[in-house]
Amino acid sequence: MSYKITEEGNISTVFLNGEIDMDVTEKAKEVILPIVESGKEVHLNLKDVSYMDSSGISVLIESHQKALENNTKVVVKEVSKSVLKVIMMAKLEQILNLE
Amino acid sequence: MDLSESKDFLVHTASLKEVRVFSREVFDKLKLDNDLKEELVLAIAEAAQNIVKHAYKGVENTTDHMQIKISLKENNLEIGFFDKGKPVVAENIQHRKLDDIKPGGLGTFFIKQIMDDAVFKKDQQQWVNHLILSKKI
Repeated sequence: MSYKITEEGNISTVFLNGEIDMDVTEKAKEVILPIVESGKEVHLNLKDVSYMDSSGISVLIESHQKALENNTKVVVKEVSKSVLKVIMMAKLEQILNLE
Repeated sequence: MDLSESKDFLVHTASLKEVRVFSREVFDKLKLDNDLKEELVLAIAEAAQNIVKHAYKGVENTTDHMQIKISLKENNLEIGFFDKGKPVVAENIQHRKLDDIKPGGLGTFFIKQIMDDAVFKKDQQQWVNHLILSKKI
């Protein structure tokens, strides 16, 4: 997994790339959670994430919940077809902010 | 086309990518539809992850290997997982309720959604756990 972060005003966009599994979830959390905890709105762009398993889904849930605690939000954007299928299997499409 | 292939993997999170590569290669040989292939790869990866995460919980830097065997016979797909970790008590395995939104607890749910059956067998002497996932394809 690799990533890139862009900043625009109070919004940080994190572009994740590659496959997100248990082996990289700590790295993903280290990238995303501090930004959420700073109170910024985070956009997670997943267009280049080709695979995500339950560990990756846990990162999305934890980020979403941490955002609520910090009175901000995480928006999940440009979800690839394969990842959307996993999000829907977990019935999270109504919980996460998908765009 | 009937087929049977197996491969050993070091019990480590870094092996999960290799598990997916192996699974995709086998399913490519079977010319499975891409959506079905990726669902099956997810189920296999989740089961392998469970071995690393639960059967070897608290075990750092093991040199143990797990074995994954994918077999297709007369449209019955069977995927065997063999490991030497802590014995699994099948009755204790349960996924979290979907409306209890929290991180974790979804891997087993995904496996159950994708596969027809998941059974732990006690038929191996050289292994501790033997999980069989099966699906008619």
